[in-house]
Amino acid sequence: MDQELRELYQQVILDHNKSPRNFKVLEHITQEADGYNPLCGDNIHIYLDVEDGIIKDVSFQGSGCAISKASASLMTSLLKGKTKEQAEKLFNKFHDLVTGKLGDNPDVDELGKLAVFTGVQEFPVRVKCASLAWHTMMNALHDKKERVTTE
Amino acid sequence: MTVKAQTPVITNPSLYDVEAIRKDFPILQTYVHGKPLVYLDNAATSQKPISVIRKAQEYYSTMNSNIHRGVHALSGVSTEAFETARIKIKKFINALGKNEIIFTRGATESINLVAQTFGRSNLNEGDEVIISEMEHHSNIVPWQLICNEKKAKLKVIPINDDGELILEEYEKLLSDRTKIVSVVYCSNSLGTVNPVRKIIKAAHKKGIPVLIDAAQAVNHLHIDVQELDCDFLVFSGHKIYGPTGIGVLYGKVNLLDSMPPYQGGGDMISKVTFEKTTYNELPHKFEAGTPNIAGAIGLGEAIDYVSRIGIGNISLHEKELLDYATEAVQSVPGLKIIGTASEKVSVLSFVLDDVHPHDIGTFLDFEGIAIRTGHHCTQPVMDRFKIPATSRASFAMYNTTEEIDVLVNGLNKIIKVFG
Repeated sequence: MDQELRELYQQVILDHNKSPRNFKVLEHITQEADGYNPLCGDNIHIYLDVEDGIIKDVSFQGSGCAISKASASLMTSLLKGKTKEQAEKLFNKFHDLVTGKLGDNPDVDELGKLAVFTGVQEFPVRVKCASLAWHTMMNALHDKKERVTTE
Repeated sequence: MTVKAQTPVITNPSLYDVEAIRKDFPILQTYVHGKPLVYLDNAATSQKPISVIRKAQEYYSTMNSNIHRGVHALSGVSTEAFETARIKIKKFINALGKNEIIFTRGATESINLVAQTFGRSNLNEGDEVIISEMEHHSNIVPWQLICNEKKAKLKVIPINDDGELILEEYEKLLSDRTKIVSVVYCSNSLGTVNPVRKIIKAAHKKGIPVLIDAAQAVNHLHIDVQELDCDFLVFSGHKIYGPTGIGVLYGKVNLLDSMPPYQGGGDMISKVTFEKTTYNELPHKFEAGTPNIAGAIGLGEAIDYVSRIGIGNISLHEKELLDYATEAVQSVPGLKIIGTASEKVSVLSFVLDDVHPHDIGTFLDFEGIAIRTGHHCTQPVMDRFKIPATSRASFAMYNTTEEIDVLVNGLNKIIKVFG
């Protein structure tokens, strides 16, 4: 496989695509939101269970490409137990990473598991796939009712 | 500069020389990610032969001037070239007269023109427009816009699991309230060739006019508007090896005459005062403003090119490619073809188990293969088959069976990564 392609489709991403974590409807939902990418038809629904400013649980449903599914899966595993502010910080970090603001060699220690999305910046058309779940999560967190769309 | 046609004239289909044709298309020499380009996105837009590319250059280098206006030499030359292109199109689709050929920006604008003029003056509250479930958004939204405005209703002919129109349902939809039927000749996402003659006949029995969207047909099938007896027919230049930004609306002269103008401006008038304007005669009544002159002339050249090869020969070659591809993809585990109509043009839409079309598109790109992934501007079709998107390979006159092998190899590689 081509090196650039290998960096986009890292094993972790392929694995999350095949067996996505937190792919379900939560029993107790405090906030939720819909996201949609009209370009490719990807859609996602994020469920949140927030108590006292802390994300107790988070899950997702929907359909999409490997990048968007893996991104949603990884995001949900990272957000559990985080405060609203911590979640927003992670969102900003992720956004900077996939839009290339952190460069080709970002600080992996600081990014943690998110580092697997470093390759996305080389594929401008796939940035929307990677960020759909995150934008939708932000809408849910701020209880915005309108559907996120990447266009 | 003189442009010399080098296209081989094929009189015997068994002598179809695809390699000679490929040499006429400079872009086919391109490398993508280090691999030779395998261009299988022809239903989105076709590539251009060198004669069309040179024609645009020739126009700007030797003729550029506004049409229908100046008394100077160049204006005469460009007007002549522009109107010659119109006559080429008239002949190509066998229209009765050249005043039935309106230049537009493309099939989309042609449909909007009919919706906003014919639709606006004929639709009233409770009236109906019939389209089909397999329409491109460009044959849905223009009708929705005018129907909403006029409180008219959009009626939809359903399709079966093979992606074919259910004609019995169509006949039930035809009523005294139907003011126009607007259907696609060949589906861009399924490949289905619709029985347009039957559709037109059934509508005409009730005196209802029919618009045929031939955007995906004009490059594959021989079209004779008099034989079809359609009332309107639209297509885009760029799908038939011509430039983008130029298209055609064919309309029967009595209908076009009865319709109000679409856009106002220069060229579409005979006399303007602040009190009253009289409109120009056909086809100029519908061509306000300076048109895409180079585009029209380029489209004329593309039609010459296609005619030299012969649309029948192109059809046969593409049929062979479609049959070969339909067979070859059976070897890809978990692949399902979407659109299995008995009559198809060379469009192969498919889904792969557990691999999203977007991922397929990115992987194939690295093999040099250009296909289209997504909903293909036919979201109702995707809803009908309960899928978010498909991958679509569409073949043109210059594609080869070797290229289809490259596609199938690419798909098998993807299965290994995602399996």
